[in-house]
Amino acid sequence: MIAFFQDPTVQIAFWGLVKIVVILFVMLGIVAYLTFFERKIAGHIQSRPGPNLVGPWGLFQPFADILKLFLKEEFIPARANKILFHIAPILAVTPALTSFAVVPIGPNFIVTDVNVGLLVFLAMSSLGVYALALAGWSSNNKYALLGGLRSAAQMISYELALGLSTIGVILLAGSLSLVDIVHAQSGTLPFGPLALPRWFVFTQPVAFVIFLICAFAETNRAPFDLPEGESELVGGFHTEYSSMKWAMFFLGEYMNMLTISSITVTLFLGGWNGPWLPESLQFLWFFGKLFALIFLFMWVRWTFPRLRYDQLMAFGWKVLLPIALLNVLATGAAVYWVGNR
Amino acid sequence: MTAYLPILIALLVAVGFVVVVMVASSLVVPMRRNAIKNSPYECGIEPVGGARQRFPVKFYLVAVLFILFDIEAVFLYPWAVSFRQLGLVGLIEMVLFIVILFVGYLYLLKKRALEWE
Repeated sequence: MIAFFQDPTVQIAFWGLVKIVVILFVMLGIVAYLTFFERKIAGHIQSRPGPNLVGPWGLFQPFADILKLFLKEEFIPARANKILFHIAPILAVTPALTSFAVVPIGPNFIVTDVNVGLLVFLAMSSLGVYALALAGWSSNNKYALLGGLRSAAQMISYELALGLSTIGVILLAGSLSLVDIVHAQSGTLPFGPLALPRWFVFTQPVAFVIFLICAFAETNRAPFDLPEGESELVGGFHTEYSSMKWAMFFLGEYMNMLTISSITVTLFLGGWNGPWLPESLQFLWFFGKLFALIFLFMWVRWTFPRLRYDQLMAFGWKVLLPIALLNVLATGAAVYWVGNR
Repeated sequence: MTAYLPILIALLVAVGFVVVVMVASSLVVPMRRNAIKNSPYECGIEPVGGARQRFPVKFYLVAVLFILFDIEAVFLYPWAVSFRQLGLVGLIEMVLFIVILFVGYLYLLKKRALEWE
């Protein structure tokens, strides 16, 4: 028995399980309060107080929401494809949580450091499109179908530019491991009289902007929220969902936002790197950057109007894709030139 | 390979969590059905036809184009990782590769494959 627990594979599996469960609960807590802050920020941007009745300053609002959703009547349309209808919400949440297994949160808190961590994230974010397309198709509702098709086309179009913009970072770091990428961003970069941190946002600004725009599109948030465009498509792909299944799509959206923000922090904003804090507390830098980025997500959502669909597709294919390709070539040439000087 | 084990565990934990929550909720909630409630939502009117209809072929075209360009991106990842060892040869080869793809991209533009009316 003891020999079984001392087996290295069992050890890795056990500590992996512990860390994953911790991350799951931390993420659920963060997501619950993200919905609250989203509504608070929306309220203040629109000069109203936001939720403020449940508990002090409305702080218990997320729990009230969760309880309400948990007890709501569930409904499955008669002509729906039942199996796919049930699978879609599972697919909406699972990839976001799974890709968190490769995100380096702090120097001492990494669930697993695989040497293709970035590819794991990209693979998982590609899976997210199935949830929306299957939900839209299996509902057997015209609005849901249109929403699902739109979201599928949108997500795969922006995934191209997203994938290409990360190549600049890989060129500079020389590795696909997210831990190596974070280590490559430690130290400072001389910039005239100043010393900038060696974050890839300063050496790859174009890639950072492309990645951020694609992150908004991949998470289906305004100004790219056409899949749910309520004024034209009722609710988009989740029109027919109710109760906890609807909540799963909502949870998936916020978890995706959390995951893609943490990957943005890892790739461009230096991950856990930051001054002053000792190594054991450096994960606080990670969370600080993460929440600053999520605030940006919310700020953008409540500031910009929705794009038109042809504008959205034209922007992804005709603007972001060529710029991302040029950025790859320019970065490659620069890395070669600097390396041979 | 053991480094990948936690990813598998994360996948199982995530699926398990979602299934447990969904099953628990469906055991508690009321399910009172009738024919009107079970019909797909169409703004309150009687549904006109099903959703299994033809849809614009454009979406299919976008999917095909995505496959082409995504495969290009797949080729770029190993190149980017080993770029420092490849040196000038690697740079020139990748410039040629991207130029060839860019010609295809220009063809798409010319054919108006990326226009949405």
